[in-house]
Amino acid sequence: MRILLAAVLGLVAAFSAHAQLSIEITGTGAQRIPIAVAPLAGEAALLDASGATLSAIVRADLERSGLFRGLEVPRLVPQPTESSRVNYAEWRSRLADALVLGSVAGGRSDGRFEVRFRLYDVVKQSAIGGVAYTLSRDQVRATAHRIADYVYEKLTGEKGVFSTRIAYVVKRGERFELQVADADGANEQAMLVSNEPIISPAWSPDGRRIAYVSFQNKKPIVYVQDIEVPKQLIVANFKGSNSAPAWSPDGSSLAVALTRDGTSQIYLINPDGSNPRRLTRTAGIDTEPAFSPDGRWIYFTSDRGGSPQIYRMSATGADAQRITFEGGYNVSPRVSPDGNSLAYVTRNSGKFQVALLDLGTRQMQMLSDSDLDESPSFAPNGRQILLATIVGGRGVLTAVSADGRVKQRLTVSAGDVREPAWGPLIP
Amino acid sequence: MRALWTLVIASALAACATTETPQTQPPAGVEDRAPGTAPSGPGTQGVPPKPVTGVDLTGGRPATSQADPLRDPASILSQRSVYYDFDKYDIKDDYKPMIEAHARYLRENGRIKMLIQGNTDERGSREYNIALGQRRAEGVKRMLMLLGTREEQLEAVSLGEEKPKEVGHTEEAWARNRRSDMLYPGEY
Repeated sequence: MRILLAAVLGLVAAFSAHAQLSIEITGTGAQRIPIAVAPLAGEAALLDASGATLSAIVRADLERSGLFRGLEVPRLVPQPTESSRVNYAEWRSRLADALVLGSVAGGRSDGRFEVRFRLYDVVKQSAIGGVAYTLSRDQVRATAHRIADYVYEKLTGEKGVFSTRIAYVVKRGERFELQVADADGANEQAMLVSNEPIISPAWSPDGRRIAYVSFQNKKPIVYVQDIEVPKQLIVANFKGSNSAPAWSPDGSSLAVALTRDGTSQIYLINPDGSNPRRLTRTAGIDTEPAFSPDGRWIYFTSDRGGSPQIYRMSATGADAQRITFEGGYNVSPRVSPDGNSLAYVTRNSGKFQVALLDLGTRQMQMLSDSDLDESPSFAPNGRQILLATIVGGRGVLTAVSADGRVKQRLTVSAGDVREPAWGPLIP
Repeated sequence: MRALWTLVIASALAACATTETPQTQPPAGVEDRAPGTAPSGPGTQGVPPKPVTGVDLTGGRPATSQADPLRDPASILSQRSVYYDFDKYDIKDDYKPMIEAHARYLRENGRIKMLIQGNTDERGSREYNIALGQRRAEGVKRMLMLLGTREEQLEAVSLGEEKPKEVGHTEEAWARNRRSDMLYPGEY
């Protein structure tokens, strides 16, 4: 039954196959909320570029989270809308716990459309809330993601991330592309195309800029680029290697790894490249800084103890202490948005896999089961972790739910996709 | 100079990209208000994603290459690579005669510069591998300096796991990619 459901989910998610990045889901959440997203009355007049309807995008979003099960809704005559009297008994008989009804109205003098929807608790037989949006034809997907975010937050108590964006690097032959796409893989747009490698994209906290490392000058240099302005700004181009940018939570500085004074050490630098100041002073390797969400700590990778392990220090560089002890290779720390857990890459019997460490209880859980996993990145609500892996010799991204149960695989046609970075929530 | 030139190209390309990109943004998007009679939700301000505009650096690059005595296969100077064990950066004794030969060559040709590129295999973290590749390259640089090469003649950089000589996920490919290369002008 579980396998069958997963297969159905896979089919439902395939609607986005037109996108460069396609998604396949495996596994299901422990308890999924059965929800009926009825076709919005009149929505056939307002399709997105791929021909998808608003209700189909909302339903696919919710299912992709692993927390919802979208129910089949038959064609209803007359079609119910947000202002219909709800026949709760009928929706209950369809096993729905929650219901979305709505409508689309065109014919406005400015050519825009109006979408209204309302969310109902079928069990309690009450309306939870609703919103109306006016939108132009090119905003169908953005509007559907907003509706899904609303439903997700009302029913789970947590922020939805359907309106967020992800960045990643695609390698096609000898060509490297830094891409930005919607969280569902749609709407992929290149920020940078180069014949030399690009790694380590990092979103600024306001989601407007991305820091990354490009080898376009034959060595690693840190750049910052506004996602709307096709202009690279050099942040760190010192002697040796410049890499591993991480934004401070207030966006005022970047932590970077520089080798200008010898081995790789961690520095803070302003996003305009000014005022570099050294934080670590060891004879070994210190790299991969990651701020805690409160900005007080920097987690990082260091081989000061003889093997690469994760440490943390204060954001001023003081009081370094070791965090990981099990295993001989623990790297790429990423702190969860609530600051309570740490995702990182660990070598486990010769395989490189992503682990999740509860910083309070010290409990460790393996999130992935492949051989060459890397670059974990938390969704801004902490519910999923995006990582890069190799499947069948090709680079793909996997989004794993924080409980390890639901996995989505994101692939591109004819290319390797890697170096994922999940963007922030945009208010 | 090379760095500057590339920058000029990059900015020129950026400038082109700017002019080709429509500057008008779509109007701020999805408005948010409650339906007439419905209980209204909290503000789900509808800001549609902004379009992304990018930089293209893939335009042709002039290749510089010239006949070079360093490429005589009979000479030890034609050997350029030091290989390492996983997560290691110590230089095995086998490579010392080769590094000594290059140190001698650099001493005798004090105006010639060398770029040392450190590389790693694909396993583990890309960023840790940049640091590890740098450490490998620095190790070669340090040995050349101990053998009398002036620091001004040497630059050590890391390519991490990003430029594998051997593509593939096998022990053999990994072993060939854990490497420092000593390169002379025109070779990189």
